[in-house]
Amino acid sequence: MADTPKIELRNVHKHFGPKVVLDGVDLTVQRGHSMVVIGGSGTGKSVMLKCILGLLHPNSGSIKVDGQEVTGISEREREKVLKKFGMLFQSSALFDSLPVWENVAFALIQGENMPRTKAKDIAMATLAKVGLGPEVGLLNPAELSGGMQKRVGLARAIAHDPDIVFFDEPTTGLDPIMADVINELIVDTVKDMGATALSITHDMASARKIADHMAMIHKGKIIWNGTAAEVDTCGNPYVDQFVNGRAEGPIQMEVLKA
Amino acid sequence: MNVFAPIGRAVLMFLAEVGALARFTERALRACFVPPFYLRHIGGQMLRIGYFSLPVVGLTAFFTGGVLALQIYIGGSRFNAEGFVANIVAIGITRELGPVIAGLMVAGRVSAAIAAEIGTMRVTEQIDALVTLSTNPFKYLVAPRIIAAVICMPLLVLVADIIGIFGGFIVGTQSLGFNPLVYIGNTVDFIEAEDVTSGLIKSAAFGFIIALMGCYAGYRSRGGAQGVGRATTNAVVASSILILAANYMMTSLLFAS
Repeated sequence: MADTPKIELRNVHKHFGPKVVLDGVDLTVQRGHSMVVIGGSGTGKSVMLKCILGLLHPNSGSIKVDGQEVTGISEREREKVLKKFGMLFQSSALFDSLPVWENVAFALIQGENMPRTKAKDIAMATLAKVGLGPEVGLLNPAELSGGMQKRVGLARAIAHDPDIVFFDEPTTGLDPIMADVINELIVDTVKDMGATALSITHDMASARKIADHMAMIHKGKIIWNGTAAEVDTCGNPYVDQFVNGRAEGPIQMEVLKA
Repeated sequence: MNVFAPIGRAVLMFLAEVGALARFTERALRACFVPPFYLRHIGGQMLRIGYFSLPVVGLTAFFTGGVLALQIYIGGSRFNAEGFVANIVAIGITRELGPVIAGLMVAGRVSAAIAAEIGTMRVTEQIDALVTLSTNPFKYLVAPRIIAAVICMPLLVLVADIIGIFGGFIVGTQSLGFNPLVYIGNTVDFIEAEDVTSGLIKSAAFGFIIALMGCYAGYRSRGGAQGVGRATTNAVVASSILILAANYMMTSLLFAS
């Protein structure tokens, strides 16, 4: 008997007015696996993540988390489901009015009503896991570099030990060394926690490092799905063009040629 | 070319906007009445909305009261009504000018600040982050601002009433030659509790409008710095117009006897 998939999307459609973004997305992520969805800019990767979390509502289709349908559920049900998730945003999205440790401890204090001193200890321990010392915990997000903000964002996403972690372009905007630091952290923390990870990126080096499985999204559909090792040999011309970074090929980006 | 299409489009867009605002208001009101309540945030907002608006409200009230005294004197002298300056200043400030001028000044200050703050959070994905961290943004951000504004506006208007009447008193006694005791006596004799309370009730409604429009404009901002800038402008314009419209409706429906 097959395990219930952790996340399952079936025929998900999302459009904004006349603009179709998701055009029948099918995706399955098994428990404990790390899935990376690759695709060009504007192909619907972020919209897909937001539909799963309920930040956007799909126009049709089914999204199941642990076998439970999450489209169209009530706000209270949604709050319960969201406790399973942690998310690292592309811009880190740290709360500028709070010090770093309170950012990291946010889900603990708000979601679990943990007393502040206990939450602070856990926050400091989580910061140590991502390689930041306790003195960073007392700073304000505006005082941090981009790489440090990303690491604080990661700490905040994992502090409450979620089952599922989402990474939205985790290495975008970072220098190659810091990008690898983030990749290593993602691999280590996800493995430590036994969590299920779903990342979206167009950084192939990052994708190769953090993925067990990969899927490629193009024009709102998943056009290829397979293990990370298969991505170079799958023979799909769209995947080939993307993975090797060629301007010429079946994927025509909207570029005005002179 | 269909000449009615632009008209239809404009009407539909307006109705869609009204609908979106109505849904936002419903969620905001529910967040104000259903626990949990973020008391520390309410306190912080009361400081920013109430206490820090005192200078603006005090100054505008003082000058408004002063100019009102002057104008009543000048206009009233056409039909021998100069003696009524004290009474009319008192009634005018407490019933109308106190709440409305304070409302508009606070709208400019507070509604813009709220829209800018929440708008920036929106475009940097901080509001989405709140949701992923098990926090309802309506309870965490919107409700404290609305509750704080509804509590603080009547208190600000009370201060505006006192300072406005005082402004009239200064002009009346220094420039217009009224006897101070007579001026104060007229003020006290002819003002009624209903004047003050009707003003305070209106100001609570204005506080609600100010916070709601600030939060709504900020929540709906899209597109980076320009979007946030648009949001702050929209917040101020919308609050101001709604305050004046609500002022008329409340006065005619509730207080015209």
